[in-house]
Amino acid sequence: MAAVDVSSLSIGQIREGLSRRTFTSVELTAAALAYAREQNSKTNAYLEFAEERALAAAQKVDETLARGENPGPLAGVPVAVKDVIVTKGVRTTCGSKLLANYIPPYDATAVERLEQAGGIIIGKTNCDEFAMGSSTENSAFGPVRNPHAPDRVPGGSSGGSAAAVAQGTAAVALGSDTGGSIRQPASFCGVVGVTPTYGRVSRYGLTAFASSLDHIGPLARNVRDAALLLQVIAGRDPLDSTSADVPVPDYLAHLDGEVKGLKLGLPREYLKDLTSETGDLIAKAVDKLKTLGCEVRDISLPATDYAIACYYVIATAEASSNLARYDGVRYTMRSASSESLSDMYRNTRGEGFGAECKRRIMLGTYVLSAGYYDAYYLKAQKVRALVARDFTNAFSQVDAIVAPVSPFPAFKIGEKVDDPMAMYLSDIYTITGDLAGVPCMSVPCGKTREGLPVGMQILAKHFDEPRMFRLADAFERAGGAS
Amino acid sequence: MRYVADLANLSLTEHEVRKFQADLDEILAHVDRLNDIDTSQVEPMAQVLYEAEETATLRLDRERPGLGNELALDNAPLAGAGFFKVPEVIKR
Repeated sequence: MAAVDVSSLSIGQIREGLSRRTFTSVELTAAALAYAREQNSKTNAYLEFAEERALAAAQKVDETLARGENPGPLAGVPVAVKDVIVTKGVRTTCGSKLLANYIPPYDATAVERLEQAGGIIIGKTNCDEFAMGSSTENSAFGPVRNPHAPDRVPGGSSGGSAAAVAQGTAAVALGSDTGGSIRQPASFCGVVGVTPTYGRVSRYGLTAFASSLDHIGPLARNVRDAALLLQVIAGRDPLDSTSADVPVPDYLAHLDGEVKGLKLGLPREYLKDLTSETGDLIAKAVDKLKTLGCEVRDISLPATDYAIACYYVIATAEASSNLARYDGVRYTMRSASSESLSDMYRNTRGEGFGAECKRRIMLGTYVLSAGYYDAYYLKAQKVRALVARDFTNAFSQVDAIVAPVSPFPAFKIGEKVDDPMAMYLSDIYTITGDLAGVPCMSVPCGKTREGLPVGMQILAKHFDEPRMFRLADAFERAGGAS
Repeated sequence: MRYVADLANLSLTEHEVRKFQADLDEILAHVDRLNDIDTSQVEPMAQVLYEAEETATLRLDRERPGLGNELALDNAPLAGAGFFKVPEVIKR
């Protein structure tokens, strides 16, 4: 067989190639692994390759095909999985020195479901430590480079997953999103990234960062593939009591549709701080949506100005609790130099966590500490209700919201690393969707003159992924903003 | 800073204490804007909620297999006799 070019195959093309015997699943998987290894020297997108597991899964797909049975909707599809999502027997580090040698004893539900659907997990992708960051520079295993510009970040925290899809080493990937960690890297790397409705996808096996905000979601090269991956991983899971017992619609049935007459809101608070090129591309995207027959109107989400403050109180408070489990007792790393139990806790955590995790643990512990709880945590929870109310109000007037994903395209590696506040502010347009729990996604919109991708964000009401996908798909088929 | 680090069971270097002090001051100054918004008529939101039966998250009270002792201890830095081992807690 001639070497398979894996770098641009869609899920549909893989299905066709397998059924026509152009390649076997094992051949495709071997080619994907080889290509991913070769590309990894350029991007550092992967922390681990799951060669044995991938080839075994591919073998199973080939055997199922040989028996004339249906191997599932993701048959043979190379999938990259963010390293905060646990994989049985495959090292899962969460980008942290603390878990450098952690081998999970079980699979996340999303991982199990995508393998049951025939998907092939080829490796684990680099990310900010415990998903805390907006650039993937907070990984203990080195930053990821943006495939479009090697001196720039891929975004974060799912930067490895976004880079893997952008460079074509995986057809789709799993990421996680707490404040924008799927959509922002998708936007920076020019791929599709979806944060589903809170509770739509089980988080069983997702390493907890901020439990009331964490999501698992797909990254893909096109809207159809993202919708298909979500189809596979979505739905109630008894192992995650926060997963919603709401039927999963047939997302693909909603693609290829008309968007004429759709009412879209353009929130004015999201247009204030854009770089001129991002602003121009979003304006062009809005024009394109109008030519597709959408009615675009100006709306206001007034609590947006308080969203960053609200988010960094709630997310760090929850993180400081969730990260308490890394104490040197259960998870691989323990400080060597500790005589007492409390010294062991302190030293293990002091030596194990990177700067950003420590900063957030400190902030989260502070806002929860006696005397400050009401002023910070309770207040932030009330402001969160206002952010959510903004969306409820907006969706009584419009079918969906369109907005930028990030105020600017991918920035230079090192540019913001010493300025945490500047880094936090870059999440301004993505954290609101997480706070409200509404489905939202980034779809490629165009590129700057320098060739840096820019994403357009679409937000919809709870569980209205079908309409979100229909709009994104129509926009994609119309060629984005250009 | 030392007090909070203590609460969090986190050892910090002198340099980290100085750096985080400055960072947290800046972040908290931004967070202070929360006081500019009136929330007197708002209930705090702890979780994203949607329409569902109150029992939606309950499962049958039935025994399920767990990880088992051996697997659960597999990642422990120090284990023995079926237990996690830690430094001495109470001196005799």
